[in-house]
Amino acid sequence: MSDHHHKETFVTKYIFSQDHKMISKQFLVTGMFMGIIAVLMSMLFRLQLAWPETSFSIIEAFLGPHQTDGVMSPDIYLALVTIHGTIMVFFVLTAGLSGTFSNLLIPLQIGARDMASGFLNMISYWLFFLSSVIMVISLFVEAGPASAGWTIYPPLSALPQAIPGSGAGMTLWLVSMSIFIASSLIGALNYIVTVLNLRTKGMKMTRLPLTIWAFFITAIIGVVSFPVLLSAALLLVFDRSFGTSFYLSDIFISGEVLHYQGGSPVLFEHLFWFLGHPEVYIVLLPALGITSEIISTNSRKPIFGYRAMVMSIMAIAFLSTIVWGHHMFISGMNPFLGSVFTFTTLLIAIPSAVKAFNYVTTLWKGNLQLNPAMLFSIGLVSTFVTGGLTGLVLGDSALDIAIHDTYFVVAHFHLVMGVSAIFGMYAGIYHWFPKMYGRMMNKTLGYWHFWITIVCAYGVFWPMHFIGLAGLPRRYYSNTSFPMFDDLADINVVITIFALVGGAAQIIFLANYFISIYRGDKATQNPWKSNTLEWTTPVEHIHGNWPGKIPEVHRWAYDYSKRVDPNDDDSDYLHGQDYVLQTTPLLEGEEPS
Amino acid sequence: MLALFYIFIGVAIGVSVWQITRILDFRGVIANDEDNAKQGKYALYFMVFFYAIMIYCLIAMNVIMLPEAASIEGEHDDNLFNITFWLIGVVQFIMQFLIFFFTFKYRGNKNRKAKFYADSHKLEMIWTIIPAVVLVVLIGYGLWQWNNVMDLDDDDAVVIEVYAYQWGWHARYAGDDNTLGTGNVNYIKGINTIGVDMSDVNSQDDKQVTELYLPKGKKVHFKFRSQDVLHSAYMPHFRAQMNCVPGMVTEFGFTPKYTTEEMRMQSEVREKTKGINKIRAAKGEDLYEFDYVLLCNKICGTSHYSMQMKITVVEQEEYDAWIAEQPTLATVIK
Repeated sequence: MSDHHHKETFVTKYIFSQDHKMISKQFLVTGMFMGIIAVLMSMLFRLQLAWPETSFSIIEAFLGPHQTDGVMSPDIYLALVTIHGTIMVFFVLTAGLSGTFSNLLIPLQIGARDMASGFLNMISYWLFFLSSVIMVISLFVEAGPASAGWTIYPPLSALPQAIPGSGAGMTLWLVSMSIFIASSLIGALNYIVTVLNLRTKGMKMTRLPLTIWAFFITAIIGVVSFPVLLSAALLLVFDRSFGTSFYLSDIFISGEVLHYQGGSPVLFEHLFWFLGHPEVYIVLLPALGITSEIISTNSRKPIFGYRAMVMSIMAIAFLSTIVWGHHMFISGMNPFLGSVFTFTTLLIAIPSAVKAFNYVTTLWKGNLQLNPAMLFSIGLVSTFVTGGLTGLVLGDSALDIAIHDTYFVVAHFHLVMGVSAIFGMYAGIYHWFPKMYGRMMNKTLGYWHFWITIVCAYGVFWPMHFIGLAGLPRRYYSNTSFPMFDDLADINVVITIFALVGGAAQIIFLANYFISIYRGDKATQNPWKSNTLEWTTPVEHIHGNWPGKIPEVHRWAYDYSKRVDPNDDDSDYLHGQDYVLQTTPLLEGEEPS
Repeated sequence: MLALFYIFIGVAIGVSVWQITRILDFRGVIANDEDNAKQGKYALYFMVFFYAIMIYCLIAMNVIMLPEAASIEGEHDDNLFNITFWLIGVVQFIMQFLIFFFTFKYRGNKNRKAKFYADSHKLEMIWTIIPAVVLVVLIGYGLWQWNNVMDLDDDDAVVIEVYAYQWGWHARYAGDDNTLGTGNVNYIKGINTIGVDMSDVNSQDDKQVTELYLPKGKKVHFKFRSQDVLHSAYMPHFRAQMNCVPGMVTEFGFTPKYTTEEMRMQSEVREKTKGINKIRAAKGEDLYEFDYVLLCNKICGTSHYSMQMKITVVEQEEYDAWIAEQPTLATVIK
């Protein structure tokens, strides 16, 4: 396909582009735009939580009909948390993260000219764009957007009588998400096929960089689980619009008995979490893959335990599909199932621990180049450990019943999948920005961005564990109805201040990003002295990635600081420098690592 | 507080603007030795900050946390929780130290050479097997306790229906026969607010109340129903929670261990109450006295955040007297 030159117009190059590099940038910018909306929403509801009865002109300005005198209504509060969750989980951390980096890196790192199907890739982006537009439109529905939580449990999500957001807002949510799922499936199929079929000569599966392993496994989880959410959503559409009773039964609301008979919300919960739990790994694994690559490169060391890393990704992926019930210990399902899901859930701690230990061992005795990307990766390991450990509490059914749906859970998942995945995304952006735009991002701003963000992330989510242990349920519009929570008010103020500062700090990143596109220093071909194939392409983007033949691969991606005498740390570098491109043939007598 | 908030916002915006204007001065893009040295030190400072807030929260926030479990089944919950918490606490402190200390210790410079260290089966075995062994203990204890909590076989148990609706709770005691009459939304009419089937003989002696009274030391067997959407009956002090699902009856049980009076005398509770009352007094609000409470913990609409029912645990005699006073449904609903 690169052999003949396409005639490119503005439209085919920047809008309906089929080039994976352009599509990845489209995913990123759309994801960032959605991210700004979702973060602003969290700022608004954090204001409400810290100062429940205080009037804010910013709330008056943003929420219009859904506020009185600058104080938001309980319904719009629920809508804000719902849309914040939906956008962050799906639009930012699934499409924004996987869409950006799978697209950018899969062809570049496996040595392919483009994705298996450039056309489907383009469709995948435009479906994502369409679903984003619909989700944004749903914010302007008169009764408010979907408000039943991002998990949209029926009957609340099915009945407009139950909450105003379950009217047109919910309909648009379902339409948007259905289109989103289609986009995500097309993308995932493309990634899988590309990784399996388009690897360059010598790029055996066992030589793939860990980024590609992570994207590949993530795509498989997506293909396995997203269709289930689609079916769950369709059945909900039937219940809402065509009078079926898949999820509804025996309901008396607004003074009348509804006709629904025989369905069960528990069915929805099973279907939802069959996607919902793998989804957290769809969000997290790409971030971990990116981190593996960046930590290894910037430590100037091979990633420790490549095989174990691949196996733990696979183990996590497999286990992730059989643990969904840990979200449902108290749903009313048979307690025996609770036992099974406790067992499988806690098993995930093993591969996760292996990954964390391997990252730390990779840092050990390294020569750490503390670029912003590296700092974000180290930050990811830190938040991943902090958030992951509390999973041992929540995954245990006997303990979960005491703190299920409290702020302890909010703290847990924000750290382990929210902050960690966002850190992975930032790390990836700082690291591969030169590959995307041919320019470099400013490191000083990157450092400011990192330190403010990590301090604020912990400032927000560490204290949150404790208000959860005080028994405070999540999704409460205010805590003032219960005197027993009065002593949590100050902590909420502290959390909100950290959240506002942390949110504002993202402006530093946005400025750095957009200014660097135009004014950043020109990138060199391999700025981080990395081994992987993407750094053998020219800085200027060309269709087909490599001007001549696709290079051949002779070794794995992690030959950093390889020595003449493997047992002597003081001996010279085998290749005269501390990195060896994957395209470098083995020297005579060189042992492959 | 509000002034503080505006100051913070002001500072944040100021710093952002100041930095953005300086973007033209800093052309650096790749970390050099000087950056590595600086950032390595910052990692160390951050570690100190992080340990400080971790330890501060662990100590200072002890007082706001839920007091000791008030149910007999909850004892093991607390026990398991403490074991788990110590364990993850130790791992957390070690891991975070290693992450940030290594970042500092091995910060790059021109003279340093990284160690080529790609694999060690021995190490990897160690950190696969140790977590596995620890997990066997946690899972074993957890499952044992789960079976313990979920075991509702007790013929002497007091049977109570807890009924959720947007946005409040009702409760129904099973009466002398200790069997609840059946209920369904189709029977909701007038004062029969929870839809009890009055043609069922078991319904006649049932007693509907607006507040829960529980006898100390006796197993209570809850059956939950919901009228409209999902709710969740959360009784944090008893370490108990169960969803209320329209169309089905869910169950949970526990044995109250302390009466409300006894609980009020406990040092943890008194400490927390003192803290709360200091805040309430400053705002000129009524003083708070400890009470058990049932709250809704599943998003259920507008007034989700205030949906509650008071629970009072009393001695058996007091309970007997109270329940005898409540009228049966047969006398209330004609």
